Amino acid sequence: MSALKPKHQRLVLVVLALIALVAAGLLAGYALRNQASYFYLPEQMRDDPPAVGQAVRLGGMVEPGSLMTLSDGVTIDFAVTGRENSRIPVRFSGIVPDLFVEGSGVVAEGRLGPDGIFVADNLLAKHDENYVPRELEGMSEHQAAEMAEETTVGLE
Amino acid sequence: MIAELGLAALWLAAALAFLQMVAGALALRTGPDGEIAQISRPSAVVQGTLALVSFLALLYVFAVTDLSVELVAANSHSMKPWIYKVSGAWGNHEGSMLLWVTVMALSGALIALVEKRLPERTMQATLAAQGFVALGFYAFLLLSSNPFARLEPAAAEGLGLNPLLQDIGLALHPPTLYLGYVGLSVAFSFAVGALITREVTPDFARVMRPWVLVAWVFLTLGITAGSYWAYYELGWGGWWFWDPVENASLMPWLAATALLHSVSVLASRDALRVWTIMLGVVAFSMSMVGTFLVRSGILTSVHAFAVDPERGTFILFLLAIYIGGALLLFALRASTIAEGKRFAVASREGALVVNNVMLSAILAIVLLGTLYPLLTEAFDVRVSVGPPYFNPVSAIFAIPMFAIMAVGPLLRWRRDRWGRIGKEVVLIGALLIAGLTAIGLLADIAFLPLLGLAFALTLGIASFLPLRGRRLLKTPLATWGMVIAHFGIAVALFGMASESAFSTERLAALQAGQDTTVGPWRVRLAAVEPQAGPNWTALAGRMVVRYEGDAPVEIAPMARSFWAPAQQTTESELVTRWNGQLYAVLGGEAQDGRWQIRLWWKPFVTFIWYGGGLIALGGVLSLIGRVVGDIKRRRVRRRVDERREDAEAFA
Amino acid sequence: MNWRLWFPIAAFTGFLAVAAYSLSQPKDDFVRSAMIGEKLPYFELPSAVEGRPSVTSANFADGRPRLLNIWASWCLPCIAEAPQLAELERRGADIVGIAIRDKPEDIAAFLDEHGNPYSSIGRDDVSEVQLGIGSSGVPETFVIDGDGVITYQHIGDVRAPDVPVLLEELRKAGA
Repeated sequence: MSALKPKHQRLVLVVLALIALVAAGLLAGYALRNQASYFYLPEQMRDDPPAVGQAVRLGGMVEPGSLMTLSDGVTIDFAVTGRENSRIPVRFSGIVPDLFVEGSGVVAEGRLGPDGIFVADNLLAKHDENYVPRELEGMSEHQAAEMAEETTVGLE
Repeated sequence: MIAELGLAALWLAAALAFLQMVAGALALRTGPDGEIAQISRPSAVVQGTLALVSFLALLYVFAVTDLSVELVAANSHSMKPWIYKVSGAWGNHEGSMLLWVTVMALSGALIALVEKRLPERTMQATLAAQGFVALGFYAFLLLSSNPFARLEPAAAEGLGLNPLLQDIGLALHPPTLYLGYVGLSVAFSFAVGALITREVTPDFARVMRPWVLVAWVFLTLGITAGSYWAYYELGWGGWWFWDPVENASLMPWLAATALLHSVSVLASRDALRVWTIMLGVVAFSMSMVGTFLVRSGILTSVHAFAVDPERGTFILFLLAIYIGGALLLFALRASTIAEGKRFAVASREGALVVNNVMLSAILAIVLLGTLYPLLTEAFDVRVSVGPPYFNPVSAIFAIPMFAIMAVGPLLRWRRDRWGRIGKEVVLIGALLIAGLTAIGLLADIAFLPLLGLAFALTLGIASFLPLRGRRLLKTPLATWGMVIAHFGIAVALFGMASESAFSTERLAALQAGQDTTVGPWRVRLAAVEPQAGPNWTALAGRMVVRYEGDAPVEIAPMARSFWAPAQQTTESELVTRWNGQLYAVLGGEAQDGRWQIRLWWKPFVTFIWYGGGLIALGGVLSLIGRVVGDIKRRRVRRRVDERREDAEAFA
Repeated sequence: MNWRLWFPIAAFTGFLAVAAYSLSQPKDDFVRSAMIGEKLPYFELPSAVEGRPSVTSANFADGRPRLLNIWASWCLPCIAEAPQLAELERRGADIVGIAIRDKPEDIAAFLDEHGNPYSSIGRDDVSEVQLGIGSSGVPETFVIDGDGVITYQHIGDVRAPDVPVLLEELRKAGA
């Protein structure tokens, strides 16, 4: 390296920097396509399921009467429903969010298993005064209002 | 009355910012000796004083809970503890913006008062830029978020008794980040000033450096504290979620770190001129972009924030003017800045360039990942980007950066031979390989944590190598600062890697009296008892926990329900030992009378935040070293001048 | 002129475009009631003020359209909308109030201070009626027609421009 003229050395650095930055951009673009977790409504997941094992999020309403705690006491099974009678069974191990009840809205982070059961790593049930999870915007007004009833507390 | 005084002071300060901007800009034409040039420095000082008066007025109305002020009525309550009354002043959008402009105006006053090293023309341009930036924020405050607006009729009681917000961490966290952002705005003004006059010199870098250091220290502290807060408050056991709000504070830090290193090259070697200017602009843009993303609510975050699209529009507008203007100026002017000194690839400068490039690459990756959901949403596809993207992709650039970090400080400026530091390079390489093999053989862990552990070990030792062969007491404080900050990186990296490699988790449903284990801990659920606080009721899971062979400790994580406003929270409980933390959360009741509990044993997780503290400490030492050095140099120069005058008088 | 120097501003312009586009997208954070066009659910609430009649869903089905105002004495925007409610009452609207999670003494103090535009006030201590009619916050104002059917929902405090809108809705509901 030290045999190079200073002018060339400078060029080497500039080229290195450009290569690294372009590589970062390309890598980011590539990884984002593969690693971003897409949001699914139940009917979308039924009609066009994601690849088994791919990290995605599923948002919908917890079907009344479907919530069941397994014998280990920490695993729950329930179903998330959407429009057009779509229904996705979900399994989750862990501590459920405070306002997670049957009939409430939920966003489950996880992946679809080979048996068609959605295994959730995390459940998000946000409950602000006028808050509907942004992803649930696509839900019908009635569903959103139903969810709001369950998750709304009288605030200013 | 006091509120009106504050508002009047704010309007006057805005007028002076305008004056400062115009005077500074005109002085560029008339030259630094013209009469107009005499205006900008005093107006910066008076503007700082007025902003301070305005902020003190706000503190006062909060301290006495003046409920005829809308902001107080909406965010405070007469029954609040005193400390939270005062901190409530900046715990909301309007107040925090006022704090921001106050600190900015005070910084402006400080440079106007003491900074004499730069050519006066550059100084005038800098003050003009400062006035311009400040003016935007004054407009924001006065036109769309007046903190002193009156409520007619006055409220009988305030609304802000929300117990969740009565947290000392929450009281201190936003101002810490804001101080960081303001420091970057001063660096931005200097960069714009130097760009206008084309005077990008080592002196300019020396003037800018303390501000970058201050910003960097506060950002480091802010990120460290924010991460710990999310860790114990959210109850999810994680310490970094790659959430937009977290990324919004990380991105300015990455840019400031790069700027800190390039400004050092400029200060000591007069190289990397254009690059430093560019980073100065980028660092401030990142803090503005971060503020925009957080406040406009266009990205969903787990951290609740009061969002308002109207404010988002205003911030975006400011962003467009400031950053767009600066980048346009950059595109037009940068090619006319004389090239700096050259250097070889194998030199301290070369290593710092690599460090800068890697940091910029990571910055690009975080920025792209954060903005990607915004981009796809324009095409009506909803995605979220999380750890599966950020962790591996940023590691690709972080790993070479750590390698350079170990070796770079050993290189000489300008030109060096690898052969000269051959022994050290071999030592570092050997450490790394030994670490990789030893840890890889002993423990069965994933590749990234393995690399992290090996690099933490190597860096921990390599960071002290620059002190070798020096007399420790004579070593400049700034060098100590670098060594400690680099060591802090190693410590934090060790904490992160071992947390992800060795954490164990236990999720169990227990009846009172039953046992479970997690890692080396044995945990017995003694009882679940109702408890009541001033405005909450809770179920507390009393647990007796025992680390192998130690005395048992009793903890009681809670599930709390608040009323007014109704809200439920989980209060996790931590048991800290020197070698890690036990993290316990109480869940709900299973149908058969058992209680869900979730436990983590996280070895050495605390090192993450110790490391953050060390990094900030390194920054503080370096800052003290630089400032003391500057003051000494100034005194010496004055004495030399005095002697020369004496000598001339004799002659 | 060095073309590389124009990269940053080009990238920044791209960012601005995307951000401005996202901001311009309409975002309605309000939760609309699903009960508009439906009959009021059955309820009976005790009166919040002594000596006044209680508030029941049957009261609404007497042929006269009314405004149903969801409010609370602890609610700041409710103070702000008090003058507009008084104005509505002056122009002949019959306003029924439902106080959410409130105490009688606080209600009395609020009415003393800010006036009482209500023909009757019910106390909803557990937000039963509030949730039943699809209201998610305080204050909200509903228009109920003479058959007890909800015809219109106003979310947030009633400001001066909202007064004619509400009167018009009342008129449409058959006043």
